[in-house]
Amino acid sequence: MMSTIPLAAYLILTAIMFFAGVYGFLSRRNMLTILMSLELMLNAADINFVVFNKYLYPGQLDGAFFALFAIGVSAAETAIAIAIIINIYRNIKNIYVDEVSKMKY
Amino acid sequence: MAEQIIFYVLAIVIVVFSILSVTSRRILRAATYLLFVLLATAGLYLLMGYQFLFGVQISVYAGGIMVLYIFSILLTSHAGDNAKKVSWKKLLPAGFAAVAGFALCGHIIFHNVYKVVEAVATEPTMKEIGTAMMGTGKNQYLLPFEAISILLLACIIGGIMIARKR
Repeated sequence: MMSTIPLAAYLILTAIMFFAGVYGFLSRRNMLTILMSLELMLNAADINFVVFNKYLYPGQLDGAFFALFAIGVSAAETAIAIAIIINIYRNIKNIYVDEVSKMKY
Repeated sequence: MAEQIIFYVLAIVIVVFSILSVTSRRILRAATYLLFVLLATAGLYLLMGYQFLFGVQISVYAGGIMVLYIFSILLTSHAGDNAKKVSWKKLLPAGFAAVAGFALCGHIIFHNVYKVVEAVATEPTMKEIGTAMMGTGKNQYLLPFEAISILLLACIIGGIMIARKR
């Protein structure tokens, strides 16, 4: 049974999602919102992997497994990044990237 | 037909809420819009027939990572105050980079759209996913599974060490 949704529709959708994440990453000042834009980019890439798995290699599972492991790695990275940001907030009381620019010495 | 309607609803949700999430000045609203995007992404996985990924996306991303973001937002800022207003001139390089990148990707996609392939509706059963995850054969993923468990252990220890009370 064929799917009625063309491959290009999925790819345009993930391109929009990815570049919304790029815009958010480059334009935001709060570290947490930068991380959230990074999550958007990672999710767009995951959808791309699954879409290519379904449309180009339907008998195999490689794309789905890559997306699965990417979700796991992204969860680990988000946890560590939030721990670092909370530590920064404890020391400097500020998490705007403009104002966290002085080095220690 | 129903598949197309569901796809377009999910696509509109993803596009609208991802753009709102990166342009909203209130942090908690941006987090909520991101939650909607992640749920719609899980819906896309289910639409394509990958039920296991649907469950993983909801439980890990929407149910784990977004909760982490929300409580870290509440810990590090007063939820009521907005981000500072940035003049649009400073947002111009970011907007230009995003639009240029999207134009490049769009060009590549439309250059190749005539090679459209039809999808065969395959739904990976849990048995296939399980044997692929736990096998040591050619297309099987036991080694990455063990590696990611070590990564998560390192992440747990690292997170506790970084964020502990001094």
